[in-house]
Amino acid sequence: MKNTIAIIKFTALIVILFAVIYPLAMLGIAQLAPNKGKGETISVNGKVVGYQKIGQKFDKANYFWGRPSAVDYNAAGSGGSNKGASNEDYLAQVQKRIDTFLLVHPYLKKADIPSDMVTASGSGLDPNISPQGALIQVKRVAEARKLPEEKVKALVEKMTNKPTVMGTETVNVLELNIALD
Amino acid sequence: MNTEILGVITVFLLTIVLAIPVGKYIAKVYKGDKTLLDPIFNPIERLIFKISGINDKEEMNWKQHLKALLSVNLGWFILCFFVLLFQGSLPLNPDGNPSMSADLAFNTAISFVVNCNLQHYSGESGLSYLGQLMLMFLQFVSAGVGMAAAAMVFNAMKERTTEHLGNFYNYFIKSCTRILLPLSAIVAVVLIFSGTPMTFEGKDSITTLQGDTVEVSRGPAAAFIGIKHIGTNGGGFFGVNSAHPFENPTYFTNAVELWAQLIIPFAMIFALGFYLKKRKFSYVVFGVMTIGFLLLVIPTISSELNGNPAIERMGITQTTGAMEGKEVRFGPAISGFWSIATTVISTGSVNSMHDSSMPMSGAMQLLAMMVNAFYGGCGVGWLNFYIFIILAVFISGLMVGRTPEFLGKKIEAREVKIAAFIAILHPLLILSGTALASYFAANDTPMGYWFNGNATSWLNNPSNHGFSEMLYEFTSSAANNGSGFEGLGDNNPFWNITTGIVLLLGRFLPIIGPLAIAGLLANKKYIPESAGTLKTDTTIFGIMVFAVIAIIAALSFFPALALGPLAEYFTIK
Repeated sequence: MKNTIAIIKFTALIVILFAVIYPLAMLGIAQLAPNKGKGETISVNGKVVGYQKIGQKFDKANYFWGRPSAVDYNAAGSGGSNKGASNEDYLAQVQKRIDTFLLVHPYLKKADIPSDMVTASGSGLDPNISPQGALIQVKRVAEARKLPEEKVKALVEKMTNKPTVMGTETVNVLELNIALD
Repeated sequence: MNTEILGVITVFLLTIVLAIPVGKYIAKVYKGDKTLLDPIFNPIERLIFKISGINDKEEMNWKQHLKALLSVNLGWFILCFFVLLFQGSLPLNPDGNPSMSADLAFNTAISFVVNCNLQHYSGESGLSYLGQLMLMFLQFVSAGVGMAAAAMVFNAMKERTTEHLGNFYNYFIKSCTRILLPLSAIVAVVLIFSGTPMTFEGKDSITTLQGDTVEVSRGPAAAFIGIKHIGTNGGGFFGVNSAHPFENPTYFTNAVELWAQLIIPFAMIFALGFYLKKRKFSYVVFGVMTIGFLLLVIPTISSELNGNPAIERMGITQTTGAMEGKEVRFGPAISGFWSIATTVISTGSVNSMHDSSMPMSGAMQLLAMMVNAFYGGCGVGWLNFYIFIILAVFISGLMVGRTPEFLGKKIEAREVKIAAFIAILHPLLILSGTALASYFAANDTPMGYWFNGNATSWLNNPSNHGFSEMLYEFTSSAANNGSGFEGLGDNNPFWNITTGIVLLLGRFLPIIGPLAIAGLLANKKYIPESAGTLKTDTTIFGIMVFAVIAIIAALSFFPALALGPLAEYFTIK
């Protein structure tokens, strides 16, 4: 019995240390971070249009599109497709994505399409696409916006994040679209 | 692509280099030497022990260690089980998430107590912030327990004869306050300034650029993710774990999170060398583990970079590799590396969906957890390896016709029996669980209370890959890993309860075994090294241990791997 009470007291005290004091200290530090640790937002004309890190759905012709999402960009319920590489239904779905993509981008050849544009991301909220994924959409976006193609292409190149030493090349779709507007 | 491979190599080498000073520090902590954080934590610890009436100076034998270890774990389990069961009506629930069902609360509480963090819920909708904080508490203490157990085994390996093996509470609290807490805080601060939320506000509702309304989940994530990796726990704050852009916002944070999960398992091996003044022995151990690790990593990265052959045939360029279930900001190389780091170590956090990995990578991830002794989790990795060392000493002793001795202690029937039992337990748990689930799935059995519908509908993929999903779930549970082929429909009584039991057995028996062996050996007469002693700090012995591991893993698991990922590999090749 004495032992049980000791364990209860001990547990209560270390709960305070690890689950109260530690997170409160981190919360305090977060007040110094961008947007006080509530997640970095991006505003246009003073109105919040999104979180910089969280991908959002774009399906209108005058915007660049992000990757397919298994959860339709639901930022309150992230998820991947969890489809295995050999799954027939899954492969049929990828084939359908390719066909749809070619339909709206009739100027493309199949081999131009990078795999990230026809496969679902891990989180369903991937904010990025590969530079190639953006470049193949330039002509469509330029036509929809009645802009010269070179100008849109130059914008994509400007918005491409190139790694200096380590990492991958990315384009943040939301930031690119905001720059476009 | 080159910058991606360079990223992998840099993270790996930098972790090894930093692990040596961290290991030295850990050895100092367990020796009771003065350390930098003493002025802050000594008074706090004295207060904690004074109020709770626990004597942290009393020397314990291995049985007392075990008793203390098991009783605190029971207390924590009960506390967290009830918090999860009633979280819906408790405070700190801004999103109004519901309480857990009894079977889910059972599975979740066990899985965090045992440092596994198998998650059959999704963080955004399945937990209140209070629930998250309680699980974060368990992430600290479960890692601390593993390290305390390893510290006792370190102590028992000293060259002397004794029953007194230090104090469990002392090792435990020191592991938590001197090692886990400061390192977690560093990682959390890096994350906070890289874009991970740390707030108690609930979901935000925004109108996107093209005019849709979207809710965005947030929460006190940064603090949680710090200990999630440092303690090799791996339970994510958000549903998709470290693939979530808030949980792992950039390539840099990805490198930091990788470092964070590798650092203590690496450092513990070096700590052993510093603690016992047997540096060479620890290098041999580290070498064996590293070779095993690289043999798993290289095929994985290469198959992820090559992409999916089935998609290749559709005429798509895969210059960026296999991208299903992966994030563009990480790319296939470091995602592949992560998937093996997280499975050899018992972290189980993911930055890509393992269910969508290439079949060869899936095989490597499974094998990593089946071996479960290359680096391994906080503290327990060393305990698992210890079992293989005992077996290797015994077998090589028989081969050369000498009495098997390890660090001056005779290995006799009793120790070998325990070691053999623990080595066989792991395949037994995995294969019998998988056999049971596959039997139901093969017959498409109506499951009644246990599952809503027929058994095949818990699978997200057909054929060999479906089998791999079930095999993975039990492997991950028995290895206390916590990652998953997440397509599996696992939030139901069948999976919650069966894996819950496997989790318990897969955690505590492999702690009890090594503790018992170490305790028994410590109590034996010390025989000074002579010309007839089998040296354990040599390459030959390293190869011997590797062979024992390879034979046990290959013999027990090859048939299961052949039915799952290997068969799938040959189907789509």
